[in-house]
Formats: sequence, structure tokens, C-alpha cells
Amino acid sequence: MTVLSIEDLRLELPGASRPVLAGVDLEVRPGQTVALVGESGSGKSLTSRSVLGLLPPGARARGAVRVAGEDVLTMTPARLRELRSRQVSMVFQDPRAAINPMLRIGAFLTESLRANLGESKTGARGRAVEMLAAVGLTDRALRQYPHQLSGGMLQRVMIAAALLADPALLLADEPTTALDVSTQTEIVALLADLRERFGTGLLFVTHDLGLAAAIADHVYVMYAGRIVEHGTAETVFAAPRHPYTIALLEATPSLAQPDGRLRAIPGRPPDLRTELTGCAFVPRCTRATGECHTTVPVGQVACHHAGGTDA
Amino acid sequence: MRLYRTCLVFAGALVLVALAAPLLAPHDPNGVDLGAAVSGPSAVHLLGADASGRDTLSRLLIGSRTALLGPIAVVVFSTVAGAAVGVAAGWRGGWLDTVLSRGSELLLAFPALLVAMLLVALYGPGLLTPVIALSLAYLPYVSRLARGLTVSEKQRPYLDSYRVQGFSGLAICVRHLVPNIAPTVLAQSTVNFGYALLDLAALSYLGLGLPPLTPDWGAMINDGQDAMMQGHFLPAVIPCVAIVLTVVAFNVVGGAWADRISRRAA
Amino acid sequence: MLEVNGLVKRYGGMLAVDDVSFTLPAAGSLGIVGESGSGKTTTARIIVDLERADSGRITVDGAPRPRRDRLRRARQIQMVFQDPYLSLDPRVPVGAALRETLRLHVPGAEPAARVAELLDQVGLGPDQAARLPRQLSGGQRQRVAIARALAVRPSVIVLDEAVAGLDVSVQAQILNLLADLRAELGVAYLFITHDLGVVRAITDQVVVMHHGRIVERGDTARVLAAPGHPYTRLLLDSVPRPGWDPAGVAAARRALPPTHPEGSDASHSDRT
Repeated sequence: MTVLSIEDLRLELPGASRPVLAGVDLEVRPGQTVALVGESGSGKSLTSRSVLGLLPPGARARGAVRVAGEDVLTMTPARLRELRSRQVSMVFQDPRAAINPMLRIGAFLTESLRANLGESKTGARGRAVEMLAAVGLTDRALRQYPHQLSGGMLQRVMIAAALLADPALLLADEPTTALDVSTQTEIVALLADLRERFGTGLLFVTHDLGLAAAIADHVYVMYAGRIVEHGTAETVFAAPRHPYTIALLEATPSLAQPDGRLRAIPGRPPDLRTELTGCAFVPRCTRATGECHTTVPVGQVACHHAGGTDA
Repeated sequence: MRLYRTCLVFAGALVLVALAAPLLAPHDPNGVDLGAAVSGPSAVHLLGADASGRDTLSRLLIGSRTALLGPIAVVVFSTVAGAAVGVAAGWRGGWLDTVLSRGSELLLAFPALLVAMLLVALYGPGLLTPVIALSLAYLPYVSRLARGLTVSEKQRPYLDSYRVQGFSGLAICVRHLVPNIAPTVLAQSTVNFGYALLDLAALSYLGLGLPPLTPDWGAMINDGQDAMMQGHFLPAVIPCVAIVLTVVAFNVVGGAWADRISRRAA
Repeated sequence: MLEVNGLVKRYGGMLAVDDVSFTLPAAGSLGIVGESGSGKTTTARIIVDLERADSGRITVDGAPRPRRDRLRRARQIQMVFQDPYLSLDPRVPVGAALRETLRLHVPGAEPAARVAELLDQVGLGPDQAARLPRQLSGGQRQRVAIARALAVRPSVIVLDEAVAGLDVSVQAQILNLLADLRAELGVAYLFITHDLGVVRAITDQVVVMHHGRIVERGDTARVLAAPGHPYTRLLLDSVPRPGWDPAGVAAARRALPPTHPEGSDASHSDRT
């Protein structure tokens, strides 16, 4: 059983010369943390938003995005609303941008419970207090406004809000990027703890390969609309096989870095105006051969010249 | 979108008409044809004539010049002065901001028309006095917007980066801040055009605008009242319609520009 | 050589910067590490005169900063901001922005050749000169911001989280570029960042700030390998890695006293 199963998801946007998502396959099991890693423009956020049926205007989607077996792409608007209010929740990068600054935290938390799930006023308040406690806040927060809370506290509120309806799947899109490292640590610890207690599946979208490897069971690495490599966190981090994953790890400044230059990846990711024939990483790849220019590589490690035992 | 395009075409056509009015007008706007007095449309007088026998179409065409010129002058004066006041207040802050902002609020407290009537009573009719009065009355609206934009623009790091580069505050303000807030201020100012036209027409309807005999839409309505008593509505209704259409057209165009600019800024 | 001595800045009742002192040698690279609210950005803004300190002294090559001479001040210290998209005028093309700065500082000289040289130094082609900031990628925009800082040939560049918003693959390019420019031009960096990996890559020395105070200082390699202050240790433990225990680190953070006295290793004698 999977809570989320994305099968060959393709997404085309008007005005783009290539699909922004070109066949994404991904799976999240109950209670599992899956990290989706990529740089800006890789399509990682589009992938996670498609799980809620949030597609950019004019987008054409093919393939399937199944939540508990049911395809989100073919849902009616009414069913989509139900999906968003009960089964799948999302935590965004910037909590301050994702919350109405004029509402007290209490009103913010109970609003959706009462409107979408038909909870009574006292029932909703009780549930809100319960979830605030679960994320380490007291009911004092109910009477506070967003501007009275720090970024880390506000992200806790967003996580409490996301878990109110006891969803089977939580999508977290760069939930710690705007936070300090020590606050990030707390939020990550909190997410891990909640996942254990509630059995929620977690899809964690991030640009930080180190963070992904530290918290996820399974890691997917995305580049230019495709999954280029996936595997357990240990394999992807300790023994990466796709040249992009390897290059990304080498380019990340680390504490153990010897003195001297970083091994930067030359060039930059292809933009949406670039048509792609073979592998998208070719112009920046040291292993590229003629085959790479013409044939799109597929497989768990989508590379014609993957390192390791077999390709 | 279709409304916007229609209005844009109308406003553009109106400007051309105003420019070419002396060539287009079939009669002398002040020429009296007593035989045609209070008559309906005819082959000679396409839109009829008023109680004094003056050709309505000709007066309308010639009147479009002051109808446009007056509000344009009000918009230009109020924008330039208002932007200067608002940017200065927002940029310097402190006591200058307090003085300028309180001053603007004081102006806001006086009804525009009342101030204008007072000034006309003091200095006599003409185009200039009402234009100056209305420019003063509209200045606070522009300065308030410009001040708000300046204060929020001032927090953007690109202005800090110019300071670090060694540019003087005045140079940064004039060369970088003003051009960046100008589109929004200008778009709002075009909306003021409609109000200014309406206010100027009201003044000249009351006989406080241009000297008597000058063809003007507001004055035409007043003159048309005599014909109305005799059962002829056209001489008063036609300038009314012209005013309404012009105000609507300019407001729609200005509003659309303001929208577009704020969307581009977002 | 930049010397900062006893900098203090209060906002209301809060001490944002509390007795901060350090020295940045010519062509050196000093990192200021800390979290938001540590006072690192306020310190940087005071150094480039965007904020005024309540007390303290800043000297360049032994002399206080010229008060009246804006241009000389600008030629001493330049700054590269976190978000190049916001720190460039959206209306001004790249080449024009550089020309404007050059005309201010080198009036009379034809800036074209120098503009081309600057673009080339930061790895941009001459064809980029006509572009507006929004027509460039994040990395290219930061290159423009660096070129503009270099235009006045400063002795020190303050970089405030200058690579924080960039993708990893681009970040490494910019860090390498900065390293090359320092070797080539002898410019010194004051690098403000929260990212310890970045500090390791780009600085020789580091000071760690917490609640407005410097809690530890020393050679970057030494501080990161053998941190003396519990707060530095906490920052290091907060860096995610395989086998990481976020819950344990979060507990350690809560155990840390809110305002910790300056550690004994941060003695004034090893101030560089």
C-alpha cells in the first residue's frame, strides 16, 4: 500500500519548448519520509503541488498522481477540495506568506476545521489546542497574531494546521529554507516525531542534499523535469551513481572540505526554452558521449554511464 | 478588455478632435442664427442650436479644447507638485515629513470646489485661476500616494547599494527612486483627469470658469437650461453626454494603466 | 586593513551589537557566522555606513573612515547584498549600472573598456551588458553585483549572505570566482553568513556571533574542527548529515543558556 504513487507524470506548459515534467515516477508509503531533491527549475515543487491538484494555469498533465489509489488528475473539483481538507496537507517555505496576517492563530487553525469538516466551535478549539501541544506550543498562541511569533514558531503553527485533519500525506516544500540552522533542526526533529506518532507519509521537497540524506528514508534527485537517481538515503549520499548527484555533492561546501577550490558544476540548468533531445545534463557532464546527446537515459540511475556496479 | 479598447479609441479620437476643432466646426461657435434658435437637428445645424441660436455642434467641438486642456493642466500641475512634495516627505522623513504631510491633510479638509470658488471670487474668472485652485486641491491625493510609494521603495536594498557605491542621497532619489515610482503615480494621475474635468465643468456651469461667451461644456449646460424651459433638451443634454463619456473614457483608461503597472510591479 | 573596535548598537532596549571588535588584514578573508538576530548583518551595515553605531571605532589602514568624502569611503569598502535581484535597480541594464558607478568615481574617463573588463572578470560576456536584471539568472545577477562592487577598486568587500539564495551548483561557481578575484586583485572579504560550509570554503578566519556578541574567534579550520564555545558546537551539530540526530541537537539548544558569557577560548590575545 502506498499513500502516494506518481506514475509517469508529464506536465506541459504553454510557451515552454519542453515538458516541465517529463515522466516522473515516485512513491511514498505510510509513515515513510521521502525527499525530493533538486535545484530551482528542476520541477520538484511542481511535482509536489500536483499532488494537491494545484497545476499552473494552462498546464496539460498526463500520467497519474494516485493518493490512496485514487488519481488526483481526474478528480472533480468537489473531490479535490475534500482531498485537500482531509487527506493531503502542505507546509510551505515561508510561513509568513502562507498565513493571513489579520487572523489570530486560533481563528486560523479552527477556520478550516469548521468550514470543511463541520466541527463544532468547541470541538475545533479543542483539536487546535491538541495539535498546538503536539508541535510544542501552548494554547497561549491561539490568541496571538502571526507577527507576534518568530519564524520557527510560525512554521510550527503551519505544521499543526497541516496535521489538524489527520492527513495520510504531508507535503513539505522547503519548510526549513527560510529558517536558521538551529530552528531548522527543531522543525526537522518535530516532523520526524509527528510522523512516528501519527504515521503520516512525508514528502519533503528540498534543494539541500545533505538535509535530504539526513532525514529521509528514500531520496529522489530531480534534474530538468526528470528523476535522475533515486534510492535509499545512504546509497544516494554515500555512493551516488548519477554524474549530476555526484557533482552536486562535490559542489556543496562542506565542513570536511579540504582547502582549495570547490568543484563547481559548469554552466547552469537548461531553461524551459531549451529543447532537449537526449540527457538534460549533457552540457555540464564530464562523462557525456554521443549516445547521451540522442537517447534519453532511463532507469533507477538515469545515466548511460552511471558509476557503480551496473547501469 | 473591449471596454478598455473602446475607451482608449474614444479618448484618442477626442484629443484629435480637440486639436482640429477650428477646422471641423461648421459654424462660428459664437455666431448667432436667430432663425435657428431652439431648433432641433437640421441639415445646417446637425445637433441643433441653443436658445441664442448658436450652433451646438460647433460649440461642442470648440469646447472640447478647454474641456481637455483644463484637466490636463490640472493633472500636470498636481502631479509634478504632488510628487515633489510626496517624495521629499517620504525620502527625508522627520520634521519635513510631518510638516508636508500635515499641510497636505489640511488641504484635503477643504472641498476642492469651495477652494476654487473662493479663489475665482478673489482673482476673477479665467482658465488659470480654477486650474491652479484644483491643482492645489488634487495635490494631496498625489503627494499621499507618492509619499507611500517612496517610503516602501526606500526600504528596497538597491537604494542601499547605491549609497554604498558613494552616490549622494539626492542623486539616488532623483535618478533611481523617482523613475521607479513614476509609472504608478502617473497612472493614478490619469484617473484624476476625469475628476478635474467634472470639477471644471461644474465651475463653469456656475459661471466661475471661463469668461462668458467662451464655448465650454459646463457653460453650455447652463445656457441650455433656457432652451429646456421651452421644451428643448438637446442643447443641455449634449454637453452632459460629452462630459460623461469623456470622464468615463479617461477613468477607464487610467484605471487600466494603474492596474497594469501594479501587476507588473507585483 | 580594516579594524573594528568596540562596536555597540542599541535598538530600543535591545543590544543588537554588543562590543564587537575584529581585524581584517589586507587581502584577508574573515567570516562572521551567526543566526538571525545575532547582530551579524547590523555589524555589516554599520561598517558600510548604512547604520550608525552608538559607539565604537572603525579604521581602515589605521585611519578613521573619512566622514565627508563619500567617494573615498566607497572606495575603501564595498558591499554585495544577499539578493542581487533586489539590490540592482530593476530599470537599469547591467552595462549602464556599471557605467554609472564608473562615471561617479572616475569622471572624464571613457568607461566602455573598464565595463568590458569588469564583466569579463566576473565571467559575463559583453553581450550581457544590455540585459536588465530580470533577464539574468540568479547567479548572473550576483556576478553583476560583484562586478559593480569591484568597479571602484575597493580594498574591502562586505558580502552579506551573498551566496545564500543561489542553487548549490551556481553557489560553488560564485565562491570559486570570489576566491580567484581575491588572489588576483588582493581585495579583502568580510563574509557574513549562517552557512558553516560556505565559511569553510571562503574564509581564513572566523568570528561566531550570538545575541550581538562575539562568542568565539580564530582560524576557520581550527574553529570548525575544534570549537571551544558551546554555541559554536551547537551550530556545527545543526548541520545535517547522515546519522544526524535532530532531536538531540534541538534538546541541546534548549539547554543552552540564553545569553552565554564569552568563552574562555575567545580571549582577546588570539584576536587576529
